[in-house]
Amino acid sequence: MQNELLNLETVAYQIRKEILKMTNSANSGHPGGSMSCVDILLCLYSKFLKHEPNKPEWEDRDYFILSKGHASPALYGVLAYEGYFPKDELMTFRKLGSRLQGHPERLFLKGVEITTGSLGQGLSVANGIALGLKLKKSEASVYCLIGDGELQEGQVWEAILSSGHRKLDNLCVILDRNGLQIDGFVEQVKGEEPIEEKIKSFNYNVIKIDGHNYSEIISAFEIFKRTKGKPTFIIANTVKGKGVSFMENNVDFHGKAPSNEELERGLKELDEHIERLERARS
Amino acid sequence: MEKKGTRDFYGKTLLELGRENARIVALDADLSASTKTCLFAKEFPERFFDCGVAEADMIGTAAGLSLCGFIPFVSTFAVFGTGRCYDQIRQSVCISKSNVKIVVTHGGITVGEDGATHQMLEDIALMTSLPNMRVIVPADAHQTSSVIRFIANEEGPFYVRLSREKFPVVYDEKNTFHLPYADVLKEGRDLAIFASGLMVHQALLVAKNLSKMNVDAEVLNVASIKPLAKETILNSAKKCKIAVTMEEHSIINGLGAQISSLLAEEFPIPVKRFGVEDRFGISGKPDQLIRFFELNPESLSHKIKLFIEKYSK
Ligand SMILES: Cc1ncc(C[n+]2csc(CCOP(=O)(O)OP(=O)(O)O)c2C)c(N)n1
Ligand SMILES: [Mg+2]
Repeated sequence: MQNELLNLETVAYQIRKEILKMTNSANSGHPGGSMSCVDILLCLYSKFLKHEPNKPEWEDRDYFILSKGHASPALYGVLAYEGYFPKDELMTFRKLGSRLQGHPERLFLKGVEITTGSLGQGLSVANGIALGLKLKKSEASVYCLIGDGELQEGQVWEAILSSGHRKLDNLCVILDRNGLQIDGFVEQVKGEEPIEEKIKSFNYNVIKIDGHNYSEIISAFEIFKRTKGKPTFIIANTVKGKGVSFMENNVDFHGKAPSNEELERGLKELDEHIERLERARS
Repeated sequence: MEKKGTRDFYGKTLLELGRENARIVALDADLSASTKTCLFAKEFPERFFDCGVAEADMIGTAAGLSLCGFIPFVSTFAVFGTGRCYDQIRQSVCISKSNVKIVVTHGGITVGEDGATHQMLEDIALMTSLPNMRVIVPADAHQTSSVIRFIANEEGPFYVRLSREKFPVVYDEKNTFHLPYADVLKEGRDLAIFASGLMVHQALLVAKNLSKMNVDAEVLNVASIKPLAKETILNSAKKCKIAVTMEEHSIINGLGAQISSLLAEEFPIPVKRFGVEDRFGISGKPDQLIRFFELNPESLSHKIKLFIEKYSK
């Protein structure tokens, strides 16, 4: 178990390297919010989500919706490592003719359930899927990742009200609470706290975790699987730009690609993380 | 002339479809008694989702249901089902090409007393601009039924605009729908009238008036505003060499604009657009408003006569 988690964490750092390379090569994209959610996504895809990379439209699959579509590099990285497409293709990100559009597009890439990018819409779609699955008497679940800046969108609250009201216990929302949006700290731009109490009052099962701690991520998803009669909302405290010291908690790297020099320094730091984990494993 | 409600026939047809196909689901935003999705809701409560007063959420929910293989019909008033949730329709429905059918009621000025806030005059403009969206305005209740049946079986996004008011019927129950749709309801040689929705019936009355003035008008129901039935429209344009359009919508970017663009590119002839000028609606009874906005047969016939004279000199 311990080794398995170290393994996953190592892969997450490898995907972070891809995120830096992809955004550098595209000279655009959103590295910060991709690096904050990559542990959650990887853990979800490798341990919980029922899915078939060779059969993305498999009837009985679980669904994942990346509502904060700008974290597409993280999603593409995880999909590539899960075998949806060759890793080489990651470098086509945001380039003409690529399946890896700037924001995830359903009509371009199998495995993307719905197009996102305009924030605030994913949870309503996830609700619809959750309702559809219940109507079909399917045992499958829906997972939806939202951002803490995104949480300011009114539609997200409409959707939270809907899923709480309908007791959608096959729905798991994960909040990537990295504390930052484009214009600064979420609490300064338009404070949302106390999030836990607010969401609880919408009839949700709320779990607070460290979104970079694999045992906590896993136990949160396990609690979700056991919870009946309510949707689950995981508040995952994360670090924007996680893994690269000069990107961590740095609002500048929300929507800015690393320069060649920054890329080099960043990759070096990520390699050091990978080496550290490998030492811990042996 | 017998009058029937397009929304009544929508409700009835949706219910029939619900009986025939378990994949049909319906969503509404607290207006099911008005949009008539209440009929479906009563018989299939487990397949009906009242989203409350939350149109943006409703559109997303419908998209989600479609991803599980259901065929969602989403209803509310035209104003709330387009402007309020344009970005949701754009991304979760159109860019994603999800199988969502948006069927709205209360389009245009004949909403009446509720006034400008509820009289949607820009919905066709918004919806025709969206790639992957097909936009249909049935001419009467019977055509509404055939349109609803048609779109249930046709994959992908649709926008169908219905009305609050009961309309005089133009078609019988045998009307069948296809895409693109335009048909010639009355043949003529001197003027082509392209109309949609309630204005189709008005156009037939206008043609009668005009014949008394020795103008032989051809009347077409252009039910699919997107895609346009180009060939049928061009045939009439080529025959008549002068045309007018009639719609219960802003003349900016509605049916008139679509027809004008087509003709400007393919067969330039004089075209005059009738509808609501660049302004919002006002409160009043539907028939009073038709007259206020000069969309009654008498005003239209008079203006058309002047228009024809201007170009025959
Ligand atoms: C509706 C909408 N408004 C504005 C934007 C532009 N935008 C992209 S990301 C972002 C900030 C999002 O912050 P957060 O959800 O916290 O994302 P994260 O910190 O995880 O990157 C904004 C405003 C958008 N994509 N969609
Ligand atoms: Mg954030």
